[in-house]
Amino acid sequence: MNHTNTISGDSTDRVDGRDKVTGTAKYTAEIPLPNLVYGVLVGSTIAKGVIKKIDTSAAEKAAGVISVITHKNSTKLFGLKKSKTAKKLDLGLRVFHSKDIVFNGQPIALVVADRLEQAQYAASLVKCTYEQAPHTTDFGTHLDQARPSSSKWLSDTKRGDVTAWSNAPFKVDQAYTTPQEVHNPMEMHSTTAIWEGDEKLTVYDKNHAVQDIRDTLAKALKLEKEQVVVNSEFIGGGFGSGLRVWPHTFAAIIAAKMLKRPVKVSVTRPQMFTMTGYRPATAQKVSIGATKDGKIVGIKHEAIGQTSEYEEFAESVTGITKMLYACPNLETNYKVLPLTYSTPIWMRAPGEATGSFALETAMDELAYSLNMDPVQLRKKNYAETHPDDNKPWSSNHLTECLIKAARQFDWEARKPEPRSSSDRDWWVGTGMAVGSWGAWRAPATARAVLDSKGNLLIQSATSDMGPGTSTTMVKIASDASGIPMGKIRFELGKSNLPPSPGQGGSVTVASVGSAVYDICTEIKQKLLDIAVETLGETYKEAKIEDVFLINGKMGIKGKPASLVTFADLMEKKNITEVEATKTSSSGEEGGKYAFYSFGAHFAEVYVHKYTGAVRVTRFVSCVDAGRIMNNKTASSQISGAVVMGIGMALMEEQHMDHQHGRLVANDFAGYHIPVQADVPNIEVIFVDKADPYLNKMGAKGLGEIGLIGAAAAIGNAVFHATGKRVRNLPITPDKLI
Amino acid sequence: MKLFQYHRPTDTQSALDLFQKNEGAQYIAGATNLLDLMKKDIVAPDHLIDISRLPLNSIQNGPLGVTIGALALNSDVAMHQIITQQYPLVAQALLAGASPQLRNMATVGGNILQRTRCPYFYDIAMPCNKRQPGSGCGAKEGFNRMSAIFGASDSCVAVHPSDLCVALAALDATITVKSAKQERIIDFKDFHRLPGNTPEKDNILEKGELITSITIPKNNFTKFHNYMKVRDRASYAFALVSVAVAFEIKDSVILDARIALGGVAHKPWRAYEAEAYLKGKSDSENSFKAAAALVVKEAKPLTHNAFKVKMAEQTVLAAMLAIFN
Ligand SMILES: Cc1cc2nc3c(=O)[nH]c(=O)nc-3n(C[C@H](O)[C@H](O)[C@H](O)COP(=O)(O)OP(=O)(O)OC[C@H]3O[C@@H](n4cnc5c(N)ncnc54)[C@H](O)[C@@H]3O)c2cc1C
Repeated sequence: MNHTNTISGDSTDRVDGRDKVTGTAKYTAEIPLPNLVYGVLVGSTIAKGVIKKIDTSAAEKAAGVISVITHKNSTKLFGLKKSKTAKKLDLGLRVFHSKDIVFNGQPIALVVADRLEQAQYAASLVKCTYEQAPHTTDFGTHLDQARPSSSKWLSDTKRGDVTAWSNAPFKVDQAYTTPQEVHNPMEMHSTTAIWEGDEKLTVYDKNHAVQDIRDTLAKALKLEKEQVVVNSEFIGGGFGSGLRVWPHTFAAIIAAKMLKRPVKVSVTRPQMFTMTGYRPATAQKVSIGATKDGKIVGIKHEAIGQTSEYEEFAESVTGITKMLYACPNLETNYKVLPLTYSTPIWMRAPGEATGSFALETAMDELAYSLNMDPVQLRKKNYAETHPDDNKPWSSNHLTECLIKAARQFDWEARKPEPRSSSDRDWWVGTGMAVGSWGAWRAPATARAVLDSKGNLLIQSATSDMGPGTSTTMVKIASDASGIPMGKIRFELGKSNLPPSPGQGGSVTVASVGSAVYDICTEIKQKLLDIAVETLGETYKEAKIEDVFLINGKMGIKGKPASLVTFADLMEKKNITEVEATKTSSSGEEGGKYAFYSFGAHFAEVYVHKYTGAVRVTRFVSCVDAGRIMNNKTASSQISGAVVMGIGMALMEEQHMDHQHGRLVANDFAGYHIPVQADVPNIEVIFVDKADPYLNKMGAKGLGEIGLIGAAAAIGNAVFHATGKRVRNLPITPDKLI
Repeated sequence: MKLFQYHRPTDTQSALDLFQKNEGAQYIAGATNLLDLMKKDIVAPDHLIDISRLPLNSIQNGPLGVTIGALALNSDVAMHQIITQQYPLVAQALLAGASPQLRNMATVGGNILQRTRCPYFYDIAMPCNKRQPGSGCGAKEGFNRMSAIFGASDSCVAVHPSDLCVALAALDATITVKSAKQERIIDFKDFHRLPGNTPEKDNILEKGELITSITIPKNNFTKFHNYMKVRDRASYAFALVSVAVAFEIKDSVILDARIALGGVAHKPWRAYEAEAYLKGKSDSENSFKAAAALVVKEAKPLTHNAFKVKMAEQTVLAAMLAIFN
């Protein structure tokens, strides 16, 4: 593919920034609707068993209460009626369709009232008794019960001699764990459901895959896709939690159907920990063998990930180990361990975030056992092609990432010995790690309408969960078309817009960006066609590459006389706008190359000698994500991911009480994420070189890459500072004193 | 949240009367703790008596020391000249707590009376003797990483979460409380209780009594003092362990020493034995080390909080050493 390198990476402010900070932008739970009533979910207080008796009488009598919905009186939905159907359609929990309790905090009732506060109070009056069954919630003590994943897209790998690592002269063979983590975007999940008769359903739902959600709902309700509309225009963060239909959405749909009026169900912060997914805990073992000069001869990476007892969730924890380093001999193995919790879901850099922690910590351990610089070790084992199938990389600038980040960080100045540097009461250490993330592209369609005044509207059913998609798309459109950003509007977040993939896996810019790019060319072509038809000579021989748009006019490069206003052109055809719709997908290059983004992270930490407190004091990330479309939003993506990496390394952990099979401290007082004081100045560098094959813009994805390896870099720095290797995240002070 | 009636008196006597007259009444000041507890159905008062308009927010020096009105805001106290110059340990402790937004709302009285942050207390689906006497202690056999290492009982292992109180304990403050019948002055060390068999009682305040002020006696600790807080992140988290230390030193000899700890017991924890040990000793690392070891001598950790013993010892030592570095 020829990448036409026309997108400038300049920093551009967010097109919706002002709306968001002034409150003009309405998030899902804020959308005002006539006749709206409020539903509040009641969660189970046991982990496993069946509901014996649920007493809703007091709640029903409370002021303002319209209805209390439970499994006893709920309207039954096609997809949830039978557990077989629910499984087949991948609908998750059969909320209000069964008396079975499968996790603690599972929704067992929805109290609907005129006002939110009335529903909240009445929800506290619902009483439930259960017949309890034994639950299994302790991940660490049940690892022997893990079973192979039934996932079709994940596979275990054996390459060459799988015992090679153990015969190597230098080796690492260690176990690592990462805890259950929770997304906790700022905006909490919420769904408002509106039925028009039994035939048409509109939902306002916080998600970042409007068409996937629509498709699932249509199947669950046995409706045609056209009968279901899903809107999610502004999103206050998602991180993957908005990629499936959750129980609260079905609850809202059920209630709205039963009450024949719009019902809103918002999830509370504590409920966010049980009702909308989380990152599964992992237990991993990494074994690496190397020669004396640091060449890796074999790797074995085993991982166990947590899933629920009623569904399987699987993610690619070992995927990164299959491709990051040249290594002829490899074995990877992934298993799942069903526990009595709700089902996990994708959380930013799913699989790779946790897998890279184990792999990149092990690499650091290997570097120390070799007495070799960890950066050198990575360079030494750079894979020239994808080690699995020898496919060439579409582009791989990992080495450049290492060089640039190391230079910016002043890695050279480092004394390699652990515990070799201190500042007053603090040990000082530095560490690094690398990461990679598959760069994908899915088919996406965009529709564009250019009016005679030069306003360009582009539509596609993608989402903007925070990365600044609207801004990037407007920028791509502006650079591709020549129309100023201020005259372009990008419409997203509605399921009835032209098809687009959900926002996950860092595919948006590569996929939707391509569609936007192509549709701009298409609009130009249409204008050119009109010019050829109506203006005669001037445009007859004009090539599309030479045509440009500027200030509401079209022209041919080097021919000032060719300039013609859109208005004049359209008038000639007696039209008021030019419209086009086009689907873009990758060509045959898709199969020829291995597509990945890469990153290198360097961290400096201070560890208090007496208290074990850790502060990250410097962080440098250099990322190869192809060409950068908008430096400002791209940098924000990476620094945001690094902040998440700081959280992952130092504090994020969902605690549980295994006696009750219940989460404890599941709120922001108990579940810590970084605050400003935990975040140093994060320096983000981009290689900013076009990927020649993924799409015309040369952009690869960058939503996840900033997180992958970040926690390992911090952990490695902690080791360098203190000489203590913490293999179980998070690295809280108690593990260092 | 249950419906309640709201009252907003403007003088102390009316507040006390309103409490007497109304069954199920509770005072509310900055609301930063009580409102959360109400929203989570942990407490459900029928009458809220908003005391935030009472004229009890002055900060004044008197012959005995400084007297701080119970309704003075945490942020105002932390910035007040008398406090920053003569009682800097108090300012330091205050600023280690919560966030600026919370400190702008939180009052001194409310801070002293804030409830534990034990997660079992906060989840009404879990057992907690402090919230619901007789229901059991969830933390003792459950998740107890944040729990007490001193003075706990079979019925409760919760800790008092305040930072300010650790400094007040170290400085031998007194609390003035008023009821319809009388006014009394309570020594800070006697104010909060250990849980025993009645963990539902955090302190010895009687029903309807209002804290009107606290007094911190004059001291010679302005030069050598420190408040050090260890937590799971750099700011805005409750203490794993916090330490207030203060010394009066002449010619390298310790004349008076104060050591109090937070996050380790049901009440701000004074380390009297270590204090006594230090008196007359030199201000050397060895003295501090020995004192720090004494601080944790009687510690009784649970399954998940054994680290607190070492952390407490080392934080005491670090807090002391930092004064002289
Ligand atoms: C997210 C968060 C983080 C926090 N972090 C910290 C921290 O790190 N360190 C720390 O020390 N604190 C912390 N706090 C606690 C905070 O300091 C207290 O909530 C605050 O001090 C309470 O003061 P208030 O005026 O808001 O009390 P309120 O919530 O109004 O009242 C609390 C209790 O005191 C009673 N009360 C109040 N004033 C009087 C009075 N004069 N006489 C009698 N009874 C009275 C009320 O009836 C109520 O029972 C945190 C709080 C939150 C919400």
